[in-house]
Amino acid sequence: MNVHLILFLAFGAVAVAGAVNLLAQTHPINSALSLIAVMAALAGEYLLLGAEFVAAVQVIVYAGAIMVLFVFTIMLLNAGVEERTQGSRVSVLLGIPGMLLGSVLVAWVVLRHSGTEAVAAGALPGDPKTIGQMLFHEFLLPFEITSILILIAIMGAVVLASKPPSSPANAPAREAE
Amino acid sequence: MTSSLNLWLIPVLPVAGAAINGFLGKKSSRTAVSTVGLFFSGAAFVWALSVAWRVSSADLPYPEYIAHWIRYGQIGAPGSFVADFSLYLDQLSLVMLLVVTGVGFLIHIYSVGYMWDDPSYYRFFAYLNLFMFFMLTLVLASNYLLMFIGWEGVGLASYLLIGFWFTKDSAASAGKKAFIVNRIGDFGFLIALFLIIQHFGSLEFTKVFDSVAHLPAGADTETLLTTIGILLMVGACGKSAQIPLYVWLPDAMEGPTPVSALIHAATMVTAGVYMVSRSHLIFERAPTALMVVAVIGTLTALFAATIGITQTDIKKVLAYSTISQLGYMFMACGVGAFSAGVFHLMTHAFFKGLLFLAAGSVIHAVGGEQDMRKMGGLRSYIPWTFLTMGIATLAIAGIPPFAGFWSKDEILWQAYSSTHGSWVIWLIGVITAFITSFYMFRLLFMTFFGDYHGAKVDEHGHGTHVVGHDDHGHGEPHESPMVMLAPLMILALLSVVGGLVGIGNRFEHFLDPVFNTGAASEAVGEAASNVTEYMLMGISVGVALLGLFLAWFLYISKPYLPQKIADRLNGFYEAVLNKYYVDEFYRRIFIKPLIDASTNILWQGLDRKIIDDTVNNAADGARHVSDEVRHMQSGNLRSYAGWIAAGSAALIAFMIWMGVR
Amino acid sequence: MVPLSYYLVLSGFLFACGVAGFLIKRNIITIFMSIELMLNGVNLSFVAFAAHWHALAGQIFVFFVMVVAAAEAAVGLAIIIAVYRTRETLNIDQVNLLKL
Repeated sequence: MNVHLILFLAFGAVAVAGAVNLLAQTHPINSALSLIAVMAALAGEYLLLGAEFVAAVQVIVYAGAIMVLFVFTIMLLNAGVEERTQGSRVSVLLGIPGMLLGSVLVAWVVLRHSGTEAVAAGALPGDPKTIGQMLFHEFLLPFEITSILILIAIMGAVVLASKPPSSPANAPAREAE
Repeated sequence: MTSSLNLWLIPVLPVAGAAINGFLGKKSSRTAVSTVGLFFSGAAFVWALSVAWRVSSADLPYPEYIAHWIRYGQIGAPGSFVADFSLYLDQLSLVMLLVVTGVGFLIHIYSVGYMWDDPSYYRFFAYLNLFMFFMLTLVLASNYLLMFIGWEGVGLASYLLIGFWFTKDSAASAGKKAFIVNRIGDFGFLIALFLIIQHFGSLEFTKVFDSVAHLPAGADTETLLTTIGILLMVGACGKSAQIPLYVWLPDAMEGPTPVSALIHAATMVTAGVYMVSRSHLIFERAPTALMVVAVIGTLTALFAATIGITQTDIKKVLAYSTISQLGYMFMACGVGAFSAGVFHLMTHAFFKGLLFLAAGSVIHAVGGEQDMRKMGGLRSYIPWTFLTMGIATLAIAGIPPFAGFWSKDEILWQAYSSTHGSWVIWLIGVITAFITSFYMFRLLFMTFFGDYHGAKVDEHGHGTHVVGHDDHGHGEPHESPMVMLAPLMILALLSVVGGLVGIGNRFEHFLDPVFNTGAASEAVGEAASNVTEYMLMGISVGVALLGLFLAWFLYISKPYLPQKIADRLNGFYEAVLNKYYVDEFYRRIFIKPLIDASTNILWQGLDRKIIDDTVNNAADGARHVSDEVRHMQSGNLRSYAGWIAAGSAALIAFMIWMGVR
Repeated sequence: MVPLSYYLVLSGFLFACGVAGFLIKRNIITIFMSIELMLNGVNLSFVAFAAHWHALAGQIFVFFVMVVAAAEAAVGLAIIIAVYRTRETLNIDQVNLLKL
């Protein structure tokens, strides 16, 4: 029993609790807040693994930007409590047992076959300098392409979410002038 | 022979004419079409004459190679096969050549007058030229394969021309019948060709006959050659209308009369005789096959002659007469007297062609009527037709010195005296000659003597076909125009003098180089006593005159008698009148089961149930399956998500299982 | 010392919860959040493996995953807003026109 393990278990418990809570809650805002808790816990896990830059980005981008976006949308759309509607039998009958089975299988295999090599805390330094070096040397092309991807996402989001053009009744009137 | 004879021109000229008339004729004037048709067939005749003039006996046989065709395997090695486009001229094909082109050309001239008013004038000449092409290919071919092409081609031309007025049901059916029955014969012919290829490795006449001559004597050889011979005879039965495949020829009279004259009297039906004569080496070494030929020929001659007695349609009488005379030719071949058969072929082309053309003239004169009972007394109206037809009748009856006497007598003499012949065959031949004379003079008397029983001739003559008939509305039978009479006269002349080449066996000696190779010659015919020969000659002339007398007695002297005799022989008469019900028999035994089987098994069963249903059920099945699967696309996104999740779980499990193994 | 497999089990569990939420929940936004949960689970396993194999590329990849997730979240939420405008509902069972 060492600190590493205890910290791992602590953060892990928070993550698990948040994930389960996300499923359990009916109001989306509660689910969003649980998700933020999960992300925070995961940031802690990354720190344990020595990936400090990733942990920082996780908090800033994921928990800080994306989740805020979610919360804003919930507020914008005035999402309320979920109604109970007739769902899909397939999803409940096939999907859940399927995933349960899958995850149990994975867990069993992983635990059985992957020995007890431990990952040391801070084994691999993930400081910004090293990451930056890698990012701008080996991974330059993906980096540039993702910037284009973001550009496209911005344009898409703006177009999709913008107000629809003025109603057809107005347009001919304007033309006729 | 230093320079080439250019034999290929002879078949090619008519096909050029056929192409020009066929493609351009529709928009051309009648004059243009006639000019083209006559020019090309005339040119073929002229060229054939020039070939005959230039060639001398020393130059024959003369092969002419035109082009490559089938070359399989290493030439000369066993298992190879070569068949080329090449022509072969010897005395036999020379005779056939002159007959075909000469008589053909005369009939072309006749057709100009006969078919003048027909709306499809150009088509007629195109088909006629096409027929000439195929027939000449058949006659000049140097191998069985090219001959077979000509063989099939004349069958095609015959079908096209029999069904020339195809809008008429009976004509179209007759064309079909001719073609189909011919095919049955061709099947036998093909099997014979296969056997020849298998055993002799080639279809070239020279090679095959050489191999046949060198085959060892023995039971095997004889069996093989007998089989081939009988199968060849099957083919000849189909093409030359012998028992049992003769049924198409009477129906073929649906075609225009020039067609009947050219194809079904003078040339196409003689193709079988030509083929058998060409293959004489095979037959001479297979006595059983020869006997089969003789028996079939003899029986057919008698059989058809008896039917001819009762027929009332002028063309049908001539049709059965043709079948009967063809039987004579096969009788000759069957007793080994091939040159006699060819001789009769030639004279028959003259007088039978003349008979048909004259019959056409008669039909034209009475405005389309073909029933002899409605004719009579036409002697005074159409004297030239009467004269020429009379000459032809004398020729066919075998009365000297007309052409038919020489050839028919030669056949009867050979039937009696040849090593393969017997007096039975001779006797049947004599009886048939008597019957022939009788029904031919019956035809002559019923048509030209007595009183005219016909209706007034009007614009559209009643009858079985539309005749080229001008604006003669005055109700009297009238003579044909000169363009139709001239060929009649020429053929009449040939019927008178054509047989004289047979005097002293000159014709036979001319054909000796062809028929005396290899097998023992029929010099035995020369050795027998002259007394017997003259005695038999006297008997055959006697029966011919007897037939004439009987016909005169029954149809001029006492014209009420025939009906009384018919009444007395009621059932038998009916049977003969109805051609012994052979067509009905074939219909019951062969045709009806075939049609029924085809309808029930092939159409209802195979086509409808199996093929159609398979397709329909496949379509229905697809629809049902998709009806079920359709429910997967419910629009419900969660079910889509569920399927994705299930599928990916299965995939991951599979990958893990593969990795763990 | 924490064995690698522990990290992987945790990651797998988070992923499974994400899938379960994706299948069970009816609110579109909640479904979207489940997708983000799935991505997070995967990120964890990436970083764990990077530490295990001493390959920094794993962390770089996490970086890219986050970028893509951000883009996807932006566009997806825009779509949700557009759907809400037309359908007036956030219940996924009522967005059922994607069928024949």
